[in-house]
Amino acid sequence: MTQSSPILQASGLSCIRDDRVLFSELTFTLNVGQVLLLEGKNGSGKTSLLRILCGFREPDAGQICWCGECISDSQYYADMAYIGHLDGIKKELTVFENLSVALALGRPGQYPLSDALVRVQLSGYEDVLVQALSAGQKRRLSLARLLVTQNRLWILDEPFTSLDKQGIKLTEILMTEHTASGGLIVLTSHHDLNLPAVDVQRIHLS
Amino acid sequence: MSLTHAFFAILRRDLILALRRRSEIANPLLFFVLVITLFPLGIGARPQLLQAIAPGIIWVSALLAAMLSLDSLFRSDFDDGSLEQILLSSHPISVLILGKIVAHWLVTGLPLILIAPLLAVFLGMPQPAIGVLLLTLLLGTPVLSLIGAIGVALTVGLRRGGMILSLLVLPLYVPVLIFAGNAVEMAGNGLPVTAQINILIAILLLTLVLAPWPTAAALKMSMS
Repeated sequence: MTQSSPILQASGLSCIRDDRVLFSELTFTLNVGQVLLLEGKNGSGKTSLLRILCGFREPDAGQICWCGECISDSQYYADMAYIGHLDGIKKELTVFENLSVALALGRPGQYPLSDALVRVQLSGYEDVLVQALSAGQKRRLSLARLLVTQNRLWILDEPFTSLDKQGIKLTEILMTEHTASGGLIVLTSHHDLNLPAVDVQRIHLS
Repeated sequence: MSLTHAFFAILRRDLILALRRRSEIANPLLFFVLVITLFPLGIGARPQLLQAIAPGIIWVSALLAAMLSLDSLFRSDFDDGSLEQILLSSHPISVLILGKIVAHWLVTGLPLILIAPLLAVFLGMPQPAIGVLLLTLLLGTPVLSLIGAIGVALTVGLRRGGMILSLLVLPLYVPVLIFAGNAVEMAGNGLPVTAQINILIAILLLTLVLAPWPTAAALKMSMS
């Protein structure tokens, strides 16, 4: 896996927030099948880095390249998916309606909607309004969004929040499968990541 | 999925959301009706005066009702993260945003047009003027949504953006108000209104083409 050409490349990234330097001269390369785990205490800039990777924030210095091209000029947005602190799920819509919108915004992925719901153990909830779901079930629904759309890079901000043990295990299985099929993952987590079969890079922000 | 599919998915999503939160439709409409019904009470028994200022009353009320409804355009999507997902789509964001604006107009602008004839009769507006009033509303209210979207996109990230929003958007609404109000008034006096209607059509087409871009750009800025 390590022989393949680098896909996500960040060089010399720095982020300054309210005159505080969160990180500077951050350089990393992520290849096919690799996971990048961002560690650090609260307020160390993990989420800021993820938002920079999503293009929501401009880095104060440095640049990010996807397949050798700057992210704004490349196919980047067709290849990536992001789950942030906010679920991005409408609580007035049903589970099925939420996933259909996600599908319409992206490209159809490896799972049809119903299969993705089976995968995240939400089958039978298709016509339930999301406001009736628990916090953990909402998290599972946002995981299903990753499955129904085609994307190579997953950017996950604290994906294990509010998931039960089973849900955490499920997420880890999905992440392993994703990397095995040539995907890349960047994530932050306070939970100990248990991915034995995956090449995990760690960056500690302080 | 194709771009048209994505456009209609967003449009459909916003219409379903509006149906499930009815107060969003009801509030601007109720405001519109209330303001207009209060004018005759405030002015007193002077039907001539009322008839003379009817175009202005209806248009100013429509404008304020549109302003009142603007905040709902992006607020809930911003708060629950759906907007992030829309901005990360590989489709052109301006087209997706246009879908949201069209849905917003269908939900807040169209009901005003449907109820306006009744209120026009109520204010004693002459028959030919009512037709022109509907035409100006049909051409003008989409402009209010389109221009308003730019303002909301710029202020959605601020905690108290309401005041700035009015200051940003109201001056841009003024041309629509002037030409539409003038057209209805002239029609009431039996004069031709082609020029005003043409200008309104031009404003509509111009904003339809140009407004989604700055809106999308402003939303990206609001995200950071």
